[in-house]
Amino acid sequence: MTTEFYRWTENSWHSPDIDWRKAETLVAGIDVGSVSSQAVILADDKIYAYCNTRTGSNSPDSAKKALSIALEGTGIKPEDIQFVVGTGYGRVNIPMAKKAITEIACHARGANYMGGPTVRTILDMGGQDLKGIHCDEKGKVTQFLMNDKCAAGTGRGMEVMAELLQVPIVDVGKMSLDVKEEPEPVSSTCVIFAKSEAIGLLRSGWTKNMVLAAYCAAMAHRVVGLLERIGVEKEFVITGGIAKNIGVVSRLEKELGIKAMPLQPDPQIAGGLGAALFARDLLLKSRKGN
Amino acid sequence: MFSWLLKRLAVTLGYIANYGYTDGSGDWYIIVDTDKCDGCGKCVEACPYGVLEIITDDYDERVVAVRKQHSKNIKYVCAPCKPISGPRDLKCQKACPSGAITHSW
Repeated sequence: MTTEFYRWTENSWHSPDIDWRKAETLVAGIDVGSVSSQAVILADDKIYAYCNTRTGSNSPDSAKKALSIALEGTGIKPEDIQFVVGTGYGRVNIPMAKKAITEIACHARGANYMGGPTVRTILDMGGQDLKGIHCDEKGKVTQFLMNDKCAAGTGRGMEVMAELLQVPIVDVGKMSLDVKEEPEPVSSTCVIFAKSEAIGLLRSGWTKNMVLAAYCAAMAHRVVGLLERIGVEKEFVITGGIAKNIGVVSRLEKELGIKAMPLQPDPQIAGGLGAALFARDLLLKSRKGN
Repeated sequence: MFSWLLKRLAVTLGYIANYGYTDGSGDWYIIVDTDKCDGCGKCVEACPYGVLEIITDDYDERVVAVRKQHSKNIKYVCAPCKPISGPRDLKCQKACPSGAITHSW
């Protein structure tokens, strides 16, 4: 069997301390992204369970898969969930969602929940796009910018590079930092051009680590260029899969001159978490109305 | 004066939306200030190329946005209104009574 180097670790978690049966509200947020899908379950206002899995070619199936993995071992049946909000690329195609909300609003809300009210700038480095978002102390969007025109500087670009260099994607960040001196970033912003440039560098005798360092630096540089349009205010957080790549994050922090605040429990669930928080608001509002 | 202040505080503030993209050739964004936009739709009628539409956003406000299919090609769709030489004729901007629309290029 061939190894799939681009595959990152899928994960799921549920709280051993919370009894969901005692919760007044049980809601879910499902984020079907271009590369990964997340489902987050909130019991009252606490995260009860979440999962992070790959998106397949079919959004309804991916949504169902994400939700069933998150619910595994919890005893919750899909019909026990009182309100579901969908977000992400596939948001209009999630059968159990009662409402679709854009991922921009959801990421701001989720990052505000995980990082606290001091979060002002969110950089979402997604599978296929980049989003820069400013929000207020309640997690409401005050400015946003989204670049989904090309996949350079996104998770998909990193997957291509991991596959090319035959390096497991989760090791890319660490390996890219293991270089004697920082090489020049690759000049191409386009993934395909960067790939041919990387092959050229390998043939000219560069080590894998140096090529990864050059690519991570190029990615960081590109993101900084995008963020300059909206500016960066403290606290600054990064969401999405690339937030777990220390090679990109550390170079980004160096170029911006500002530290990113780490997000717990998982920077990748911000969109799904935000959707779940909106679901809770909508549920409470509908109960009040009756 | 006091009532104006109260009204100002009661109104939830909008956001600045940057629709468009950055690519190898530069920055191409149409910027909408939703604080100023009341969703009147005059710009939608004024645009000869159907770039804009009125949407209900995530916070239930009626505001103008760039149509999804144009968010990746506004450099080209908007080009006829802004020739490199000669006067620019930004019909969307002129039509807006509150100056909510700007272009980055």
